[in-house]
Amino acid sequence: MTTETNKPTVDTRWQSLNSDWANDKETFPMPWGKLMMWIFLLSDTFIFSIFLTGYMNVRMSATEPWPNTSEVFALTIAGQHIPLILIAIMTFVLITSSGTMALAVNYAYQGDRKKTFLLMIATALLGASFVGMQAFEWSKLIHEGVRPWGNPMGATQFGSAFFMITGFHGIHVSAGVIYLSIIANRVRKGHYEGKGYHIVEITGLYWHFVDLVWVFIFAFFYLW
Amino acid sequence: MEHVAIADQVEELHNPSSFISKYVWSQDHKVIAIQYGITAILVGLVALVLSGLMRLQLGFPESFDFIDPSSYLQFVTMHGMIMVIYLLTALLLGGFGNYLIPLMIGARDMVFPYLNMLSYWTYLLAVIVLLASFFVPGGPTGAGWTLYPPQAILDGTPGYDMGIVLMLLSLAIFIVAFTMGGLNYVTTILQARTKGMTLMRMPLSIWGIFVATILGLLAFPALLVSAIMMLFDKLLSTSFFMPAIVSMGEQLDYTGGSPILFQHLFWFFGHPEVYIVALPAFGMVSDVLAVHARKNIFGYRMMVWAIVAIGAMSFVVWAHHMYVSGMHPAFGFFFATTTLIIAVPTAIKVYNWVLTLWRGNIHLTTPMLFAIGFIFTFTHGGLTGLFLGNVVIDLPLSDTYFVVAHFHMVMGVSPILVLFAALYHWYPLITGKMFNATLGKLHFWCTFLGTYAIYLPMHYLGFLGVPRRYYAMGTTDFIPESAQTLNASITVAAILVGLAQLIFIANVIWSIFKGEKSGPNPWHATSLEWQAEQIPPAHGNWGEKLPEVHRWAYDFSVPGARDDYIPQNMSNDDVPLEPGQTLQIREEH
Repeated sequence: MTTETNKPTVDTRWQSLNSDWANDKETFPMPWGKLMMWIFLLSDTFIFSIFLTGYMNVRMSATEPWPNTSEVFALTIAGQHIPLILIAIMTFVLITSSGTMALAVNYAYQGDRKKTFLLMIATALLGASFVGMQAFEWSKLIHEGVRPWGNPMGATQFGSAFFMITGFHGIHVSAGVIYLSIIANRVRKGHYEGKGYHIVEITGLYWHFVDLVWVFIFAFFYLW
Repeated sequence: MEHVAIADQVEELHNPSSFISKYVWSQDHKVIAIQYGITAILVGLVALVLSGLMRLQLGFPESFDFIDPSSYLQFVTMHGMIMVIYLLTALLLGGFGNYLIPLMIGARDMVFPYLNMLSYWTYLLAVIVLLASFFVPGGPTGAGWTLYPPQAILDGTPGYDMGIVLMLLSLAIFIVAFTMGGLNYVTTILQARTKGMTLMRMPLSIWGIFVATILGLLAFPALLVSAIMMLFDKLLSTSFFMPAIVSMGEQLDYTGGSPILFQHLFWFFGHPEVYIVALPAFGMVSDVLAVHARKNIFGYRMMVWAIVAIGAMSFVVWAHHMYVSGMHPAFGFFFATTTLIIAVPTAIKVYNWVLTLWRGNIHLTTPMLFAIGFIFTFTHGGLTGLFLGNVVIDLPLSDTYFVVAHFHMVMGVSPILVLFAALYHWYPLITGKMFNATLGKLHFWCTFLGTYAIYLPMHYLGFLGVPRRYYAMGTTDFIPESAQTLNASITVAAILVGLAQLIFIANVIWSIFKGEKSGPNPWHATSLEWQAEQIPPAHGNWGEKLPEVHRWAYDFSVPGARDDYIPQNMSNDDVPLEPGQTLQIREEH
């Protein structure tokens, strides 16, 4: 851009965008691992999108009626029949864990190892309790006779899609819990002193992604 | 504080010393590339033998007792799957991607060498699981490489029990391996380029590998998910892809699934897969052509954008594989249109290759012969693609030998010719020795003419209506007797081409031990990989300092310069000039 013009024209803006991206050495100003995590998450987004698209497709092709999800996932607590209550709590727990994770990233960059460690462990515990509630939900449905290959309440694809999608997401959360615990322990031991705390943010990226995926599963599987 | 690129930060290189850490559990991208390459070529030889067995049956039916209808279908399936995934994808990206990326962009290694090592060993596991299916009861699956349900997992299809399970498992493992490698390739290309190596100075090989890897990372998820869903259908009796069905007179437990869903998912992966194989080949052939024609690649910018455009378009053409599946005709119209549009950037590339040769100083070396051969086979395969991309022409030709001829020309023979061009071209870099040129040229002419002898007649078979995947024609009224004669001649040609590959293997092995020393940069190439201090490059690739790049990769025959090539890491001030001349170089290309 020349000094005569104050406002960049469209042309020069495109040129500077172009030169930023085509720069030598680094296209994005971030550590290698962080970019790699972004690209991995993009790939993983395709996996979950295809899971959800496949589920919607079999929901349309199923010949028997689809069960009413708000009834299937209702609990009776203290005499009150509340639809979707467990799923609501699970969603709340997972969203909260995103908050603690964001705080952990903040404290990591400030160099506060203790707070970072505690917040990461809190995140992992919230994640573990999510998985625990999911196990409860699975056992409840199994108890009611829902199986991947059959379902007393209607379409057999309901059971198949439920166990497949929540199972795949649950594996992601469990892997995240392990990942968080390992990194948190290393933070506590001071493993990253001098190397920088990008790793906490990278872990956070993964964790927020798992949360975001859950929001879509919640919307498309439970609410629809 | 000035931001220091990570590639420039001082870090101690680990120096592997023991044999195991150097050559077995190696984290060096060059060793991993060779491991990938050898494994892929070995498993590719298995697939080559399988195709020979298929051809024996087709050419001389009722002559071979050991080929029955079931084993024929198994040969077809395993040949297709191995060639597409375990040979082409693995050799182009795992092999050449690994070898060339760090060297061509001036990096010391991939960004995460340990992950890179894991990628190879996971790939090897996938290969072992795949080959294990030959030894289980019932043998490997015979469902065709497309693995269409419902028949893929039902009684009556060979290998419906164990074979299909191992196939799906092996594919899932392969995808994990590819993801680990692919993340490395993309991140390395984006973040670890040396000083001066802007994206628009990268050799086209790197562009091709880069875009193909992104395609892989976005397309393989569809295959992974459909493999998981089919495994559940098989092992847990879910009904994702399985409608209510009567098999062998028995009503099965399946109900309400959608076999068409599998076709959509499979081809959402399958079509980009064509370009995962083609784009690295496009890139490497561009570099081979430029080097051996001593001329800059014609229209570099257009070549780059064509690669990107083809990559993006490849995600919206998949259903042209499904015109006969009974989908809505409006879909057919949409996918035919996108399919024909993708021919435009592809044609740009072909024109640019030809224009690169135009008035070039063509050296008919072995790699150049293979590269020029590729232009022929790719054009032929591409033109038949225009037939099949149109719904009305595809309907009668679908599932005939015309389709077989088309895709073998365009994504079988063409990438293989580029692979040979690349193997011969970079052989001196990888081994430090020169191959035997006479044997190389003999190998080329046998392969090039032989593949035409195989696939040109197949187009006629297709027009006659000979269906693909049939074990034997028997007496079929509409197919004339002469079709059998043609089939026999194809088989003879196929066997000869198969045997001709022994020339290549012999040449590679003989030259490692007895070949002449190639010396540095025997082709007088400009790109960085040839400018390393040692040939083959040592661990860490470069000496004390990373190379600095001053120009694009195609400064051949620049007026005023003494030599007909200027390496990328040579600044304008250092270029040796013709006496009394000045360097006439265009700044922007």
